[in-house]
Amino acid sequence: MTLSDAHYPDDLLYHDQHDWARLEGDEHAVFGVTWYAQDSLGEVVFYDAPEVGATISKDASYAEVESVKAVSDVIAPLSGEIVEVNDSLEDTPEKINQDPYGEGWLVKVKLTQPEETGALLGADEYRKLLENS
Amino acid sequence: MSDAATATRRTPLYERHVELGAKLVPFAGWEMPVQYEGIREEHSAVRRHAGMFDVSHMGQVEVEGPGALAFLQRVLSNDVAKVHVGGAQYSVLCNEDGGVIDDLFAYRLGGDRYLVVTNAANHETDLAWLGRQSREFDALVRDVADRYAMLAVQGPHARDVVARALGIELPPRFHVAHVQIGRRPALACGTGYTGEDGVELLIDPEVASPIWAELLDAGVVPCGLGARDTLRLEVCFHLHGNDLTPERNPIEAGLGWCCAEATRFIGADVVARARREGTAEKLVPFKIEGPGIPREGNPVLAAGEQVGIVTSGTFSPSLELGIGMAYVRADLAEPGSEVEIDVRGKHRPARIASKPLYQRKG
Repeated sequence: MTLSDAHYPDDLLYHDQHDWARLEGDEHAVFGVTWYAQDSLGEVVFYDAPEVGATISKDASYAEVESVKAVSDVIAPLSGEIVEVNDSLEDTPEKINQDPYGEGWLVKVKLTQPEETGALLGADEYRKLLENS
Repeated sequence: MSDAATATRRTPLYERHVELGAKLVPFAGWEMPVQYEGIREEHSAVRRHAGMFDVSHMGQVEVEGPGALAFLQRVLSNDVAKVHVGGAQYSVLCNEDGGVIDDLFAYRLGGDRYLVVTNAANHETDLAWLGRQSREFDALVRDVADRYAMLAVQGPHARDVVARALGIELPPRFHVAHVQIGRRPALACGTGYTGEDGVELLIDPEVASPIWAELLDAGVVPCGLGARDTLRLEVCFHLHGNDLTPERNPIEAGLGWCCAEATRFIGADVVARARREGTAEKLVPFKIEGPGIPREGNPVLAAGEQVGIVTSGTFSPSLELGIGMAYVRADLAEPGSEVEIDVRGKHRPARIASKPLYQRKG
């Protein structure tokens, strides 16, 4: 597999606005953007992170990523409170392109409504959504 | 608008772009590559080596006849009489109010024969304007856009690579030469839009594809409109529709250097007055100090008050920071002035700079 191949890990949950969530236990999750999102955007040159402690709501924007050409809102796949942000992206935002599910993670969140996970998509469903779009 | 006017057009190199995996976007009625491998990579290929852009969407208009010079002197802002056969010159096309209809290069192909290259979005407007203004002159205005595919090959090594790969002799900067490319007559122009040395080739559309392939084999990197925009903005070249509009005159846009009011071109009176009396606003380049990327339409602020508006903004791959051009109140237009750019509600500190924002090393 190369960086240029689309990939959507099976262990993640997906939001139809091209964001992913990785559940950590029952109360926490890590968020990021999908391969499709970073590929559409092109090389990310700036990540405007939210503050630790900020409250975010499912389906609402919580951060911005910018490529050379365009800015894009990042949508929260679940509701919660930010407990950690990926500070390394300040200097190396290109990690969002290079490793969107690993070093390119955006925030860690303490979930306030864990039951919302039921509304997210599995990897197969998300792939289907992309095929039909 | 008719269907023909709204349908997107494809250049003769469309298939090549698809093969290379380019991202294609609609631009001025054309389906154009915005990037291939990535804007930063393409940008740096042009700054360090050689890149090529399919700019076949640009239009060409030929002006020919005993009155060609007198006519162009009337419509173009620069002193066209200074252009010798084989020369090239930048101008703006002004309306009666001194507003900029388009900016363009004029090439003198022969004694009574000129070619002007128009921006894709303005080609039809320019053509209608030129046609109307030419009535009092003994000069024929012809749309020859379909006769040419256009390739811009730019970068410090661009000339060498093109000359060797295509076996042609290239004209010096700001000159044009009749050459043979792909065994067809073509024009080689020593011009560009990147701040690097290079050439623009006007070639027969039928040989565009093999010529593209030959340059690709020679190591020229395909570049899209994304890199074209970052490259031109780093050296503060204007983009019509953003930095130039029919509502702004060339003096406030910082293009007084290409206006020779003594030639009495259309709009010269307004331009002369703007030059004499000054303008309320001026177009200036700026750099963001810290994080943030300015975009077109962002307000410019000073002491909490709006004092201007961003007309072009991007991330500069060479400087690795947000840059742009903005019309600001004239008293704030000096390099060094501190302002803020309102980037979607966040006030980003910025400083007015001098042109160009990026300077070639060595």
